[in-house]
Amino acid sequence: MDKKIAVKVDDLTVAYNYKPVLWDIDLEIPEGVLMAIVGPNGAGKSTLIKSILGILNPIAGSVAIYGKPYKKQRQLVAYVPQKGSVDWDFPTTALDVVMMGTYGSLGWIKRPRQKEKKAALEALEKVGMLAFKSRQISQLSGGQQQRIFLARALVQNASIYFMDEPFQGVDATTEIAIINILKELRKAGKTVIVVHHDLQTVPEYFDWVTFLNVKKIATGPVKDIFNDDNLTKTYGINYKVSIQE
Amino acid sequence: MNSAQIEIQLIASLVAIACAIPGTFLVLRKMAMISDAISHSILPGIVIGFFITQDLNSPLLILFAAFTGIITVVLVEYIQKTGLVKEDTAIGLVFPALFSIGVILIAKNANDVHLDVDAVLLGELAFAPFDRLLILGTDVGPKALWIIGVILLITITLLIAFFKELKVSTFDAGLAASLGFSPAIIHYGLMSVASVTTVGAFDAVGAILVVALMIAPAATAYLLTTDLKKMLSLAISFGVLSAISGYWFAHWLDASIAGSITTMLGLLFLLVYLFAPSKGVIAVMYREKQKRTEVSLLTFLLHLKNHNELEERHVNHLREHINWQKVRAKTVLELALKNNMIVVNESIVSLTQKGNTFTSKAIDYIITNEDAQIEDMKDDFFLFRG
Repeated sequence: MDKKIAVKVDDLTVAYNYKPVLWDIDLEIPEGVLMAIVGPNGAGKSTLIKSILGILNPIAGSVAIYGKPYKKQRQLVAYVPQKGSVDWDFPTTALDVVMMGTYGSLGWIKRPRQKEKKAALEALEKVGMLAFKSRQISQLSGGQQQRIFLARALVQNASIYFMDEPFQGVDATTEIAIINILKELRKAGKTVIVVHHDLQTVPEYFDWVTFLNVKKIATGPVKDIFNDDNLTKTYGINYKVSIQE
Repeated sequence: MNSAQIEIQLIASLVAIACAIPGTFLVLRKMAMISDAISHSILPGIVIGFFITQDLNSPLLILFAAFTGIITVVLVEYIQKTGLVKEDTAIGLVFPALFSIGVILIAKNANDVHLDVDAVLLGELAFAPFDRLLILGTDVGPKALWIIGVILLITITLLIAFFKELKVSTFDAGLAASLGFSPAIIHYGLMSVASVTTVGAFDAVGAILVVALMIAPAATAYLLTTDLKKMLSLAISFGVLSAISGYWFAHWLDASIAGSITTMLGLLFLLVYLFAPSKGVIAVMYREKQKRTEVSLLTFLLHLKNHNELEERHVNHLREHINWQKVRAKTVLELALKNNMIVVNESIVSLTQKGNTFTSKAIDYIITNEDAQIEDMKDDFFLFRG
């Protein structure tokens, strides 16, 4: 393969209470793809992302970001968790949440300054949320909250972006706005990995796909492997999607 | 005021500040009950520490007791992780067990020293000025003041140094972990501070008041602000306010200082709970009422927009047609008139240009749920504030 491998997962097994939720995953994600991870509920999609990012500890296997362990490559990676994983009543503003994206490059103890604030304002502008910078986060709609999360990842200025269901509970306009930003990231040579639920939009949004159901079913270019055969293997029922080119 | 009175108020205020800081984060992490668990289960730590050091004010004893607090947290998490019981049940299992060990140890071995269950639960702030710290024979003030002062200093230093880390891991533990700020380290750091503060404070104010001082000021502040720094400073102010007013309340009643301070905390919370400008019960009720009126207004405007026939827009017909009570119809009509959305001409109601645009925009918003176009309407109407 002529392309560099951005993320390499080897023999990864993750268990909750001794019950494996991911079993022996081998995965290579080439640089510069916009990839969907699809699979049924409980397939381990979020778990896979969290294990790559060191949030969960696998019981076996290893992960490499551009050939090195995640701990040494944190600066290259940005993460957008599921919107529902945080308490939106937390007393803080949209701008402050976006600023949190700069904390990683600051490290322990050091505080964000003017430079970090400027970067956060630019990221807010990019997602069309600059007008809401002082708004308390509980006063934002679901779509706006998701844009704030996206801005927080953008401010990290990473090479690889992991996003856990960024389209969940957002309206159509926000979905289009988000996918356009993701496509721009890919155009800029970044790698974007998205846990995705809506199979209908996979061919339209993504160029790379990984089918996951506890084990890895398939991974590769959407045009080659996004077919009924793999869908059936992943979802366990006779799956038919009509793919419009 | 004599010097003992000043010293008591000073100790109570420092305890209040030292408790409000970790308390704010406990409340935001929805871990209020863990402070209750810590405050009770440090008892065996104190008793065992006392057997070893033979000195109730020894720093070693404080560390030993605080360590029991950490053990509580670890045990609760361990039991919870088995998935057999929920967190609240785990807390309810751990702290009475540890507390009862402490009670038995006192009853069996320490009957003859100043270490009884009453003192543990309620503390005795009034006696704090009698126990002096002597350095080279010079009286430098009450021991309790020094103990809590040192703990407060450490707490403030840690807060300033790790404010950003505490904030991000409290709001979004997943992000904190991916950025390299281990949520586990921050969690146990916070638990250690909460434990040390509890031990340092409870000799003066008792196990129950420590919990009240940690949770009540933070819960009160939470109702008043949407900014973490303001929440911290409000929680600290409420704590100090309750400490001082509670002292004078007790002075006036000749009652327990700890009990009076807790009463003040409760009263303060009640006041804010009722009257807070946006989250208070009264404000919420007012908002609900306004929203009801606004929905009615919109229904009314939409009816006008959809009907051109004169009989459909006659004042009397509107009343029957929309099926409202007289009062409601009058409120809605007046609200529309006040905002120049309608004109009434010989009992025939018509939409103005403004009313027309407003109705279209509002309906648009309700259908598409897109915010941008109604930004300018948010100030006047609760309905559009989400």
